[in-house]
Amino acid sequence: MVQQSIGERVLRKEDRRFITGKGRFTDDINIRGQAYAYFVRSPMAHAKVNSIDVTAAEALEDVIAVLTGLQVAEDGLGALPCGWMVHSKDGSEMKQPHHPVMAGTKVNYVGEPVAVVIAESYIAAKNAAELVEVDFEEIDAVVDPLLAQSSADIYPEVPGNTCYNWELGDKDATMEAIANAAHVTKIRLINNRLIPNAMEPRAAIADYNTGSEELTLYTTSQNPHLVRLVFTAFVQLAPEHKLRIIAPDVGGGFGSKIFTYSEETAISWAAMKLGIAIKWTAERSEAFLTDAHGRDHVSEASLAMDDEGHFLALHVKTTANMGAYLTLFASAVPTYLYGTLMAGQYKTPNIYVEVDSVFTNTTPVDAYRGAGRPEAAYLLERIVETAAREMNLDPVEIRRRNFIQPSDYPYQTPVALEYDTGDYEASLSKALEMSDYSGFPARREEAAARGKMRGIGISCYIEACGLAPSQLAGSLGAGVGLWESGEVRVNPTGSVTVLTGSHSHGQGHETTFAQLVASKFGISVDDVEVVHGDTGRMDFGMGTYGSRSLAVGGSALSKAADKVIVKGKKIAAHMLESNVEDIDFDDGVFAVRESNLSKTFQEIAFAAYVPHDYPLEELEPGLSEKAFYDPANFTYPAGTHICEVEIDPETGVVEIVKFTAVDDFGTIINPMIVEGQVHGGLAQGIGQALLEACVYDDTGQLQTGSYMDYCMPRADDLPSFDVGMTSTPCTHNPVGAKGCGEAGAIGSPPAVINAVTDAIGILDIDMPATPEKVWRAIQQAGRA
Amino acid sequence: MKSITVNLIMNGKAITQSCATNTTLVELIREKLQLTGTHVGCDTSQCGACTVHMNGRAVKACTILAAQAEGSEITTIEGIGSADDLHPMQSSFRECHGLQCGFCTPGMIMSAIDLVNREAELDERTIREGLEGNICRCTGYHNIVRAVESAAAKMKE
Repeated sequence: MVQQSIGERVLRKEDRRFITGKGRFTDDINIRGQAYAYFVRSPMAHAKVNSIDVTAAEALEDVIAVLTGLQVAEDGLGALPCGWMVHSKDGSEMKQPHHPVMAGTKVNYVGEPVAVVIAESYIAAKNAAELVEVDFEEIDAVVDPLLAQSSADIYPEVPGNTCYNWELGDKDATMEAIANAAHVTKIRLINNRLIPNAMEPRAAIADYNTGSEELTLYTTSQNPHLVRLVFTAFVQLAPEHKLRIIAPDVGGGFGSKIFTYSEETAISWAAMKLGIAIKWTAERSEAFLTDAHGRDHVSEASLAMDDEGHFLALHVKTTANMGAYLTLFASAVPTYLYGTLMAGQYKTPNIYVEVDSVFTNTTPVDAYRGAGRPEAAYLLERIVETAAREMNLDPVEIRRRNFIQPSDYPYQTPVALEYDTGDYEASLSKALEMSDYSGFPARREEAAARGKMRGIGISCYIEACGLAPSQLAGSLGAGVGLWESGEVRVNPTGSVTVLTGSHSHGQGHETTFAQLVASKFGISVDDVEVVHGDTGRMDFGMGTYGSRSLAVGGSALSKAADKVIVKGKKIAAHMLESNVEDIDFDDGVFAVRESNLSKTFQEIAFAAYVPHDYPLEELEPGLSEKAFYDPANFTYPAGTHICEVEIDPETGVVEIVKFTAVDDFGTIINPMIVEGQVHGGLAQGIGQALLEACVYDDTGQLQTGSYMDYCMPRADDLPSFDVGMTSTPCTHNPVGAKGCGEAGAIGSPPAVINAVTDAIGILDIDMPATPEKVWRAIQQAGRA
Repeated sequence: MKSITVNLIMNGKAITQSCATNTTLVELIREKLQLTGTHVGCDTSQCGACTVHMNGRAVKACTILAAQAEGSEITTIEGIGSADDLHPMQSSFRECHGLQCGFCTPGMIMSAIDLVNREAELDERTIREGLEGNICRCTGYHNIVRAVESAAAKMKE
């Protein structure tokens, strides 16, 4: 028997279909007789909609209907919700504008839909959309988040365009420590807005059966059950039991496919209204305009130290741009996923974080790979680096001097989180060794001889994954539970079908979860099939975000598998005429202790479904178990990233010559998949640091609306990566896993920028450090 | 829209297909022939998800009209190997974990095969430059480069 278990580099089960063109993405699916949707969108960032004339569009051949935002309002559809209530310093609830499925009388960002054309063909829908006459009356747009609070209100219900003024930590103690400190390092930085750009554009097919009154929606979602919940509880389209949401193969998400957007909602409503099936697929231009963006913070921070560089206090003040509306996680990202991370890996005794969250006439912002935690790590690792340079301390030494030590766990930070475990020195020293840190001065000298400026940058990040527990999150404003569900169905012949509420859109759950369950049962990975992404097949699921799937979803499966083993032992005890306490289960065999009596896993499975020799009076037939797992705490992956760059002073081009990432993700099921997740995160983090920037002009027009303008990392922009691992298993979940999906994007931006500033000999440069910015910085530093 | 008839060899099979004059090759492949392994990831000919082979060379099928493919041999991801008989590039992508979500993968594989066929000597730099027209958002390209190195060795055996 081929048995592949935890810790092995098992090749992915899902790959075979993707490499042969047999993947099944939403746009690959067609429903017989389906119509097509094309959206009419606002060309202006802020405008009144005086009227919409659909006469000419409706008259076009093959057009079925043109539906507008006014009809959405007439039909009484509810708003698209935000999932997290955040309170301001004064205790008041955050202010949130009504987020309509389609805009009725006013538009608030370029790309906001005002109408949808439904036609027999895609091209007819698109042509008809051109004929929809909308009378827009432009209003001055609010674009700069720093001017939002002093600009005219976008919404009457949101005074000062302010969603909330949030705070966390002890203000008085922090301010006092800063006032009395031997040294205070101050920085101001921008965390640049990013456009997620999953390679599969969003798409949806809504198929309504007028006879059964059931709606099936195929959609590019990271969390199909949440789409169903939103449709029922918020938009009020249909009851949950009449909705089936299927997220088939999904081509990347990175957070941008968490939110339940206007488009899938509008076509579902239209499909029900018209009694048909409707398909919509975003063009990339629409994706740039309407996929929820990421990041977009402006921050000032002060770090107080004693004269030996021990951190005494940190004060952070951040303005976070929400865009025009709140998306699902928008309010939580710059607060509970950001302010709470400000201790980092350090024993800073006093921390105070203030966040003003503001609305602007730009695309809504939501979670994007890391969601708040990259922003926190960037701020912290930049200010620590700056402090080291100001204090003439080695950047490694200043970090070591302030690390939380292994003996300190569980460690209560001053910003709410309690770290369960970690070993920051272990990942730092491994990264130093792998990167040959001590050999850097010689490499710098050698590069200088070639006319290149070489720099090295360190970042020691922490993240908090697997948002939880539900009760705590609920008390902090979360609108949903934060558990995950799993089901382990042992089939009569001993193969296993695993159903998970987590969703895989590149993460390889079909393999990782199969390894987890196969190793529990001592069976082959090939005998385990993982099913996900269909509300019709599994009870419920919170989906995949925040690197939670293995730590939370995997833990649910682990618990369900344990239940199967418990039941299997009872069946075995009956069949072997023994006591259940005397049955051991190991490596696929139920055996009576200290005997040669045994039954295989497969024999027990068969007996459960063909219960001829079975304790029917005590035990139901069948061998299928479910579990819901609600974690006791967040998990805390952490690590050290070291970036080494060479800059050509003639051109300002930054080349990453060496990138080392050492991460502690706790228990690792499949190192191949985990390394791949790190690589992808690094690419997105390096993209943020050197290439990517979402740019709006003063009127709120997106200037970076295509791959010609928005600089995506390409193969020749990136180096190969040196990835290493250390491990302190999570103490509070049964798998010991911490989560690995976002670490790369969290640890890398500060490492890159610290390397760039080190190379040039400056303290600050904004992301993305494009050749132009770098070249100018070199000129200013007078070292060209 | 006026209709035309296009004759071409698709994955080794002669086909005749009527379509509108403005139909692109990728629309013909996906919508008319229902070969959905070739994907559309952008609208500016930048991402490479739609890459197929036309007379043995990699082309972006979103930027070629079906009419321009008249008389040509087109190969898509479905035409280079099967689950039981993978092309070396396909098997290398799996062995090296050169894919995650799988959306860019067919186009990436088609570009990579053309790259290996074109270049006598491939090193990391030439592979990275050769794949510059295909965007992947998941892998950071690290394992794609390994996959192409591995496949190149197999293909040249």
